[in-house]
Amino acid sequence: MTALRRPARRAWMSWAALLPMAATVLVAYLGTVLWSLRVSLSSARTFPKDDFVGLAQYERLFDNERWLHALQNLALYGVLVIAACMLIGFVLAVFIDQKVRGEGLLRTVFLYPYAMSFVATGLVWQWMLNPGSGLQQVVRSLGFEDFSFDWIIDPDKVIFAVVLAGVWQAAGLVMALMLAGLRGIDDEIWMAARIDGIPAWRTYVSIVLPMLAPTVATVFVLLFTGVVKVFDVVVAMTQGGPGTASDVPAKFIMDHLFGRANIALASAGSIVLLLTVLALATPLLYLRSRHRAAGARS
Amino acid sequence: MSAVLAPVRRAALVRPHRIDVSRAGLYLFLALAALFFLAPLYVMVITSLKPMDEIRLGHLFAWPQLPTTDAWRAAWSQACTGVSCEGVRVGFWNSVAIVVPSTILPILIGALNGYALSFWRPRGAEVLFAVLMLGAFIPVQVMIYPLVKVLAALGLFGSLPGIVAIHVIFSMPVMTLLFRNHYAAIPQELFKAARIDGGGFWRIFLQLMLPMSTPIIVVAAIMQVTGVWNDYILGLVFAGNDNLPMTVQLNNVINTTTGERLYNVNMAATILTSLVPLGVYFVSGRWFVRGIAAGALKG
Repeated sequence: MTALRRPARRAWMSWAALLPMAATVLVAYLGTVLWSLRVSLSSARTFPKDDFVGLAQYERLFDNERWLHALQNLALYGVLVIAACMLIGFVLAVFIDQKVRGEGLLRTVFLYPYAMSFVATGLVWQWMLNPGSGLQQVVRSLGFEDFSFDWIIDPDKVIFAVVLAGVWQAAGLVMALMLAGLRGIDDEIWMAARIDGIPAWRTYVSIVLPMLAPTVATVFVLLFTGVVKVFDVVVAMTQGGPGTASDVPAKFIMDHLFGRANIALASAGSIVLLLTVLALATPLLYLRSRHRAAGARS
Repeated sequence: MSAVLAPVRRAALVRPHRIDVSRAGLYLFLALAALFFLAPLYVMVITSLKPMDEIRLGHLFAWPQLPTTDAWRAAWSQACTGVSCEGVRVGFWNSVAIVVPSTILPILIGALNGYALSFWRPRGAEVLFAVLMLGAFIPVQVMIYPLVKVLAALGLFGSLPGIVAIHVIFSMPVMTLLFRNHYAAIPQELFKAARIDGGGFWRIFLQLMLPMSTPIIVVAAIMQVTGVWNDYILGLVFAGNDNLPMTVQLNNVINTTTGERLYNVNMAATILTSLVPLGVYFVSGRWFVRGIAAGALKG
């Protein structure tokens, strides 16, 4: 009798303990997605509406120059930040791994920006890139009167200024994770490569890098989730300007939710953002779970 | 065989000279990279110590001729956002009030979730957990408007409990994952022994599992303190005017001020806002990296 009652009691208590999680998953995650999806199919402006207009908001969204530009900025920002962080982070990790002096200090210096907020990052770089008193002025006062470095006020280049700040903030993160990965690689691999006469750089690129694939995947997921939600750094650094030149989807959505009172259009934008993330993240998660399953079998 | 080994020997002979050159290049590169990463911090600090007259000269990297802490004092207690000029200390204390509960509650809930998932395994909980993990990938913007409505209906929108609840929600995937992985490494036999000794759900959690979780609690606390302190968008939307965190106030001080921009005050305010997470980073060292790696959703 007790044997029968026990599992029931046990399930009851552990379910009760998981209620906050269940509520969060059902309301805050699944519920909000469905809600936003529903709103995006209506003609709501300031307040939710019960009508149904099909995909009209999505059509309007993709007729919207500002949205298209924001998407383009996000793609550019994402590709450049991820590529630059990966490259710089990997090179820094490899260099630090050469038994250099002052390793602890260098690691601290490369990683501290990651502890700073995106707001602070954006504000510092806004000041550094200020054409009147920042880096441009420094080079000009050295005698190069015609030197120009005014990305932050140039509508065509402002997104690269944001990329610069983003890379400064996150490259150290890649360095730290890659270095941890490098330290986990067996010395015998190095011995074998040396005996075969393979140059060190070749060993890194052809042997070590493929062995670091799980680390690379982890780093990619971290950087990618950071890229999609990029908002703070743009707001702090350029407020999306000049004009809307450095606009990103997250800012477009926030402006239409709160400033411009067009919640249906904003919701459509957020659903597009969600679909983009799913389209890019699902294959990666699938590959990783297969990779792990394969690892568990062997 | 000897043909294969020969190049290696020759390389070994040539090495000493090449090593010096490449070592020098290595250190040069690392030094330049360090300069790139340090430059903004250096510029921030010296700009905050200069009077405005000196800043107008446009020597970004020049050491201040007349260092003064006036800008720091102004930033802390006089900087204006809109009509109120009480300095960033208002935001500082708001952030403290948000960070403390937003660190303790998510850790407790994360530990409880991880414990129930790892040892009690109620039916269907794994599915719930999988959805929660996917939830970590949902862009914040999808959730903001519905969450505003839900909190408003509960009377929590724009209040301290409201913003804390929001931080609990958004940190739940990572916190749960962190503790679930930690408990997965604890042998099931230990749990079974505690059950046989008559330990109930809460007793095993509070007296056995939590005390065994100190390292992971430290990692989680580091992540939450820096993450919540550095948050901007959630505080902006959900905290309400009376609880705006320091990051939001900082941005308002700098980007919405009319009239001449006081760059020294701005930089002092930026440093003040970054002190807490930077302090956590410098004190915690390698634990900080552990937190990042553990939070990378590698479950």
